[in-house]
Amino acid sequence: MIEMHDVWKEYPNGTVALSGISVKVKKGEFIYVVGPSGAGKSTFIKLMYREERPTKGHIFVNGFNIERLKDRKVPYLRRNIGVVFQDFKLLHKLTAYENVAFALEVLSVPQRQIRRRVRDVLEWVGLGDKADMLPSQLSGGEQQRIAVARALVNNPAVIIADEPTGNLDPDTSWGIMKLFQRINDRGTTIVMATHNKDIVNTMRKRVIAIENGRIVRDEPRGTYGYDD
Amino acid sequence: MTIRVIGRHIREGFKNLIRNGWMTFASVSAVAITLLILGVSLVVALNAQQLSRYVAGQLEINVFLDPKLTDAQGQQVAQEVRRLPGVESVQFISKEKGLAQLQRDIGSDYNDVLGELSAKNPLPVQLVVKATDPRQTLAVGEEIRSLPGVHQVNDGKSFVDKLFAFLDAVRNIGLVFVAALIVTAMFLISNTIKITIFARRREIEIMKLVGATNWFIRWPFIWEGILIGAIGTMIPYGIIVYAYQSLFDRAGGVFFALAFPLMPTAEVAVRVGEVLFTVGLFIGIWGGVMSVRRFLRV
Ligand SMILES: Nc1ncnc2c1ncn2[C@@H]1O[C@H](COP(=O)(O)OP(=O)(O)O)[C@@H](O)[C@H]1O
Ligand SMILES: [Mg+2]
Repeated sequence: MIEMHDVWKEYPNGTVALSGISVKVKKGEFIYVVGPSGAGKSTFIKLMYREERPTKGHIFVNGFNIERLKDRKVPYLRRNIGVVFQDFKLLHKLTAYENVAFALEVLSVPQRQIRRRVRDVLEWVGLGDKADMLPSQLSGGEQQRIAVARALVNNPAVIIADEPTGNLDPDTSWGIMKLFQRINDRGTTIVMATHNKDIVNTMRKRVIAIENGRIVRDEPRGTYGYDD
Repeated sequence: MTIRVIGRHIREGFKNLIRNGWMTFASVSAVAITLLILGVSLVVALNAQQLSRYVAGQLEINVFLDPKLTDAQGQQVAQEVRRLPGVESVQFISKEKGLAQLQRDIGSDYNDVLGELSAKNPLPVQLVVKATDPRQTLAVGEEIRSLPGVHQVNDGKSFVDKLFAFLDAVRNIGLVFVAALIVTAMFLISNTIKITIFARRREIEIMKLVGATNWFIRWPFIWEGILIGAIGTMIPYGIIVYAYQSLFDRAGGVFFALAFPLMPTAEVAVRVGEVLFTVGLFIGIWGGVMSVRRFLRV
């Protein structure tokens, strides 16, 4: 599903964010990426959907060779990947429904199909009755559900999440985590960077720990391993 | 690309226009003013061209032969003139016919004097020459001047010279002026679109994230430019055609002082329309493409 071989990333300002990362993620896996701030977790994740390009090394995602992928082909890679962020990245003037529909409209999906798929996915994330609300009328957890619905609506093979519960209180976070678990149960691969110790230690999954741009630990059913 | 997708791009382009009201207004105005000036210059130029064709079409070279030559000798000179390149027609006016014309022109009061003249007839043979191309009138006149037996050539040189010099000057000044305005309009459009791109950066970010193609993201902004160009063209075009029509009607189809026929409104509408819409859309598309290339990193 996702493979990295000796991947290095140096930003144009000279910061070396990743130094020789090698990893394999199989289809259907659920992976936490942990580590201190500035360790390189976000950079690691950004390489997967080609937001950043590696300075060196080979990356394969869902059959795409990231190295060889031309700029104008990147959209086709991203249609296989759903991305979820800490800050939701919703459009404030659009309703929950419209935010999710937006992701299909820009792929020129026929309107009828959009209606059906958006209704279904909103129902699935538990927002069936809030479709016509604006993000400002919804709680943080509900907003994150819209974002998850948007990431899911095109049936991606993998969901990548960068601290999806970073802005949410513990109870709400658990709600979102159960949602991710259900997504994973459908067979969708999940890669999630997180700082949430409780969650990592309770909902046990494979844990990849990154420090100073290197993978220092990679355990199936691992623990968070830091004190914060 | 299906009609539906094109429809969406145009709709989004329209949204951009409205969202960005004042800048849109400024750039539409810039295009409109540019094209209004271009259009008016064009109307003047077209009619000036019409005038020059009208005048030049009537311009003849009057050649007076040596008075000592007889009609028969005059015919020989006329033959030589006919053989010159660029000569369309040569009308031969014999001494006798010239006198008859003179009589008719000055009237019966002078019949006595003319009667005496007719006995000796001192008038020269006259040739009325037309050039194939009116612009060659002067060159042909020059050729004729150098032929033996030719006494005097009257080709309206100074008038034609002045007319063409005037037309050229009008055209050159107009071109420089319009070129400067076009650059200004393009700059304004691309700036307007830059602002829309900035205003929509969040949407653009999400579009990229969910896998919209680069061209899908670009098109609405290019349409924004096209629409600004189109609206900015329609306004001056409407004004010009309408104003010309009323001017034409009021003047009765002829230009006051010179009494030469104006170009018909329909023809002006077509000729000016071709140029204005070509230039207007070019300005719009160029403005759109430039801003997309410079400000939209996809
Ligand atoms: N766009 C960027 N330009 C320069 N340096 C960056 C950029 N993004 C991240 N970095 C640096 O790279 C390192 C890793 O950052 P990041 O991947 O965001 O870590 P994490 O997500 O684990 O906190 C940090 O030192 C950070 O300052
Ligand atoms: Mg981070």
